Amino acid sequence: MTATVPAVGAPAPSPTSRPTARRRLPGGGLGRYIVVRFLLIIPTIFILVTLVFFLMRATGDPITAALGGRLSGAQLQERIHAAGYDRPILVQYFEYLGQIVTGNFGTSISDNRPITTILATYGVATLELAFYALIVAFIVGIPLGMLAAYFRDKGQDAVLRVFAILCYATPVFFAGILLKLVFSVWLNVLPVAGRASTSSELEMQFLPNKTGIYLIDAFQTGDPAVISDVLMHAILPAIALGLLTAGVFLRLVRTNVIGTLSTDYVDAARSRGVSEFRLVRKHAYKPALIPIITVIGLQIALLLGGAVLTESTFEWKGLGFQLAQYLAARDFVAVQGIVALLAVIVAVTNFIVDIIAALIDPRVRY
Amino acid sequence: MSGQQKTIVSIENLEVSFSTDAGAIKAVDRVSLEVAAGEVLAIVGESGSGKTVTAKSILGLLPETATARGAIILSSRDGGGAPGAGSSHNNDVLSLSKKQLRGIRGSDVSMVFQEPSTALNPVYTVGWQIAEGLRAHGKYTRAEAKAKAIDILGRVGIPDPETRVNYYPHQFSGGQKQRVVIAQALVLDPGLIVADEPTTALDVTVQAEILDLLRRCRDEFGTAIVLITHNMGVVADLADRVAVMYQGEVVEQADAVTLFSDPQNDYTKKLLASVPHIGQGALQTVERASARATDWQNATPVVVASGLRIEYPGRFGRGGFVAVDGVDFEIRAGEVLGLVGESGSGKTTIGRAIGGLTRVTGGSLKVLDHEMNGIRERVFKKVRSDIGFVFQDPASSFNPLLTIADCVAEPLVVHGRAGNPREARARVDELLEAVQLPKSYGDRYPHELSGGQRQRASLARAIALEPALLIADEPTSALDVSVQARVLELFAELQREFGFAALFISHDLAVVDLLADRIAVLYKGKLVEEGTGSEVLGSPKHPYTQRLLASLPVPDPVEQASRREALRALRADEARAAGTS
Amino acid sequence: MTNSPTRTKSTPTSTRLPRPARRSLLSRLPVVHQLRQSVGLQRGMLVAGLIITGVFIICAVFAQFIAPYGFAQLRGPDGQFGAQLPPSPEHLWGTTVGGYDVFSRVIWGAQTALEVMIVAIVLSIFLGVFLGLVSGYFGGWLDRILVVLADAIYAFPSLLLAIVMSIVISGGQSNLYGGILAAAISITVVYIPQYFRVIRAETVRIKGEAFVESAKVIGASNARIMVRHVLRNSTRTLPLIFTLNASEAVLTLAGLGFLGFGIEPTAAAEWGYDLNKSLSDVTSGIWWTAVFPGLAIVLSVLGVTLVGESLNDLADPRLRGRRAVAAAAGDVAATSVVPGGTLEAGLGGLSGLEGCGDFDDSGTRTHTDTSHTDTSQPERRQP
Repeated sequence: MTATVPAVGAPAPSPTSRPTARRRLPGGGLGRYIVVRFLLIIPTIFILVTLVFFLMRATGDPITAALGGRLSGAQLQERIHAAGYDRPILVQYFEYLGQIVTGNFGTSISDNRPITTILATYGVATLELAFYALIVAFIVGIPLGMLAAYFRDKGQDAVLRVFAILCYATPVFFAGILLKLVFSVWLNVLPVAGRASTSSELEMQFLPNKTGIYLIDAFQTGDPAVISDVLMHAILPAIALGLLTAGVFLRLVRTNVIGTLSTDYVDAARSRGVSEFRLVRKHAYKPALIPIITVIGLQIALLLGGAVLTESTFEWKGLGFQLAQYLAARDFVAVQGIVALLAVIVAVTNFIVDIIAALIDPRVRY
Repeated sequence: MSGQQKTIVSIENLEVSFSTDAGAIKAVDRVSLEVAAGEVLAIVGESGSGKTVTAKSILGLLPETATARGAIILSSRDGGGAPGAGSSHNNDVLSLSKKQLRGIRGSDVSMVFQEPSTALNPVYTVGWQIAEGLRAHGKYTRAEAKAKAIDILGRVGIPDPETRVNYYPHQFSGGQKQRVVIAQALVLDPGLIVADEPTTALDVTVQAEILDLLRRCRDEFGTAIVLITHNMGVVADLADRVAVMYQGEVVEQADAVTLFSDPQNDYTKKLLASVPHIGQGALQTVERASARATDWQNATPVVVASGLRIEYPGRFGRGGFVAVDGVDFEIRAGEVLGLVGESGSGKTTIGRAIGGLTRVTGGSLKVLDHEMNGIRERVFKKVRSDIGFVFQDPASSFNPLLTIADCVAEPLVVHGRAGNPREARARVDELLEAVQLPKSYGDRYPHELSGGQRQRASLARAIALEPALLIADEPTSALDVSVQARVLELFAELQREFGFAALFISHDLAVVDLLADRIAVLYKGKLVEEGTGSEVLGSPKHPYTQRLLASLPVPDPVEQASRREALRALRADEARAAGTS
Repeated sequence: MTNSPTRTKSTPTSTRLPRPARRSLLSRLPVVHQLRQSVGLQRGMLVAGLIITGVFIICAVFAQFIAPYGFAQLRGPDGQFGAQLPPSPEHLWGTTVGGYDVFSRVIWGAQTALEVMIVAIVLSIFLGVFLGLVSGYFGGWLDRILVVLADAIYAFPSLLLAIVMSIVISGGQSNLYGGILAAAISITVVYIPQYFRVIRAETVRIKGEAFVESAKVIGASNARIMVRHVLRNSTRTLPLIFTLNASEAVLTLAGLGFLGFGIEPTAAAEWGYDLNKSLSDVTSGIWWTAVFPGLAIVLSVLGVTLVGESLNDLADPRLRGRRAVAAAAGDVAATSVVPGGTLEAGLGGLSGLEGCGDFDDSGTRTHTDTSHTDTSQPERRQP
């Protein structure tokens, strides 16, 4: 997170350090930066996994939570003993850590499936949704943000800003419900829920190289009806989740571009006769992009959180939908496993995003 | 300048107002100026005089909160004029449309900024940024633009321009960045360059080089320059003609030699008198030395540094940065040691180490008989009552939420001389009087005082406990020159009265000379020369001191011209010495 | 040293700080001051935000007078309300699938939201401020551990964390009225890192300011410096974070409710829960059970966010709009300066206008820092 939060992550810069030295990342070279940054994700994952483990275990053992009331006391004890939940908590903790290191996140109680299998099955669906949403967010958020900065403090800007706040203020599930109401129920042009209709799913089921990513699978069938069916199903969830992020992007691009527009180098470019539009497009945009990219890292966390709600709204069978199911079933082993896995995904994406930000900034590259 | 030369820009009755939180403020009031081709007009004035606003309005670069009236007639060098402008040769900048303004910016008039490190976009190569200006004004292919960029970089003295054209700004030093900025301004060969404090952010040795470059712009490119500056030395070095601004008005205009030798306006006279000269301090030093007791030399010094080394730790196991490297010096009781150096020389670090703000990492530093290397804060706390500290930035050296009286009383309260700020008020009033501030100012908040007043209050706080040692870290470098003169006088007076020893840190040789009994010159963390003012400034031994001294422009055009020659000779010698060794 | 008169003198920061002795109590209140300062569109946004927030608070406080029925009321004088009734004079916004009156539940929902908001913010402000101050001021190992911890939590989807917390606190079955407390505490845990980060960053910045160093040189104790010099100056941004996190609290609560981790309908009215129940209605074209609670969420968040955004703009001199002036209006610089210092521009006088590098010592730095303060809050929130 060092690049995201210069003021927070770094120790107080000594007053003698000059501004030029400030932005340079530790270690000098990019290679070293990558190594240091990579090492930093380990404590992040470790903390989150530990946190989740102890928090979940604080509520008691998972067997009672999931099956309490359905089994007799003796049967419960037997199950608890068999799963090893009656051992000291630290023993269980280290065992759990050991399992995670080997890539074993446990087995769900309610339907007895390995968490890693759940991830493989549903993770791709979530990734597909997040990808669509990001596309919507980029297409809507970034150009509108630049427009808002260009028209700053004029009517267009006010409209765009209120739009951004509305995107932010509307919970994805409410946006989803509204979209469903308008496009699926009243206009009846788009499907209500799911990733594809049953007939398409059947057609894709027996593909030799099934990826689980419906769009790719649909293209593999070569059937235009299937492709359009899959796309139609994706539109509403993608917009619901994408608009949320788009609002954030819009706001972020606007503030950062306006911020860079008041710098000396923009004034300097203006004094060379560069046009106002080009100032926004070239001079302000790219420096503004660097903090934006690091924020996108945080957006991944937001997207994953939003995916849980979007998937529940649209019955999109992904990780989030599954998580909600396990939550309803009080299957805390599955919840703990999925949450821990998401922690790993978030930590790794943040790492990748920081590296991309470093690559864009020439001050780091050289 | 004589009338037959073509006028490049003529400002007629310019008035500019700003909308601020405090209401409308008039920044420029009926200013009329003319600049002829190939002439350097310096606009001097202190902060708030309206000089920068005047200069920026020549390019139509005022912020949206500003409104301007009057006329700024700018001649077009190629006679083309902005498209659609009424006259083909002259444009009134204030009445041009945005598009027309873009047309004249860069091609007829361009600008050099104060801070080169912020005037260049960090994410594009310098070549790209130069080419952008070209392309905004005509058709150039990528290769043509690049060739032109390389050519202009070479002409402003960037070595190896073919490679450097692809460098990013952070790969250049501060002085080189300013050369790049000047190259950008020159590339379309405009008739006029507006240079806003072009050397203020630079060290004095670099400043001399940039001033040389600007002179070459005038001589070789025939460009007229409007030079905005507060530094009278820079004016004397470069300007042909000078306009003095005060409170938004031009109070005096004259050619440089006349203005310095025979100023007419009272403000100009006062301004010129405030500029410190080297050699002014010699008399006072002798006076002070004679007043001292004979055994003064043998008393224990207040501060002794031997082999002092201060290293800032690097992050992630990377090697640290050595700010101070094996420095030896002493400050005797009642003596003022001036510490001079450029940015990064380690002078501030030494001051902070004596004040216990930075850890000593090697060698020995004894402050009031306490070894600072490895000292614990608990032990040092008692010593702190004997040390006063004045910081550089008057804007941030007071807690904005406390009154001046509360701030000045703080040392008294902390060291138990008073139970609370109210009890200390009598003493605070005395102190404020000692620094020539009205007692009533104690009830004000820091932002209600001007920079100079705050610096005086800062002095009051520093001497509240009558310390044996005072550390002043560039106390006047953020102040205007006339205010600086008053604060320096006050400092000397207080020193005479209270007799504290002092470490006076500054980048300005003339200021240090004014106050210090002895001067120490720091260069890249090492002490290169130490001695009395007349020794160090009269006959400097170390080549760095020689160059530093020669680079300092003096506020006298005639003398400065000869000094410039001397500096050139010195540089040539150095180059030769470097060549033979 | 790059210290020029034009660059280092009174920065906008110093000119914006409150002047406690000179202004009336009313105008010192954070929002009132900004309201007076604002112009044009910015004022419009601020006023709109304040009005919406005001309506929200009124609904919450006077719910029992505004709402025609109780939040858990299923029957009126004429017997059962009936389920999924369309809007009618008896039931302005219709009834839900469970047979509750939608209008009443929306009004009562405001009360729940406000309660959760207040508890969550009070808890997280105190803990976050305390930890941020201590951590930023002393630095060292504690600081590094806390930063890594806060960063880790911060980077994690906060809704998931809130779910985990609500499971821990109430076993995921908050059917008691104490469910409000459970929800509030879950939200608190999620937002402590945010307050921590902001206050810590401010503390680290203020620690480097000359007035703190000068207190150190004087020999003031750490406790004295922390309370007297750092804390009071670092809370400037709190009203802003406060509004932003208030809106996030509403959204997180709704998210929890939507997933079934909120408050049971018999304990209190909660918009997220109602939306969850309306999910199946939508497919059959029953819109009133979803639209009204949803709009309530959107409006309450919109109102608070508008206030927060406007405060943010007004706090940043680059984003703040100013009234246009007529040419040649206003006094000449010196008259705006405090008497006694004719040559130096004090206050927000011309010093802020001369030269464009007046925001900080480097433009790049200014923009990255701003983006940081801007981005640290609103980018993370619950959908």
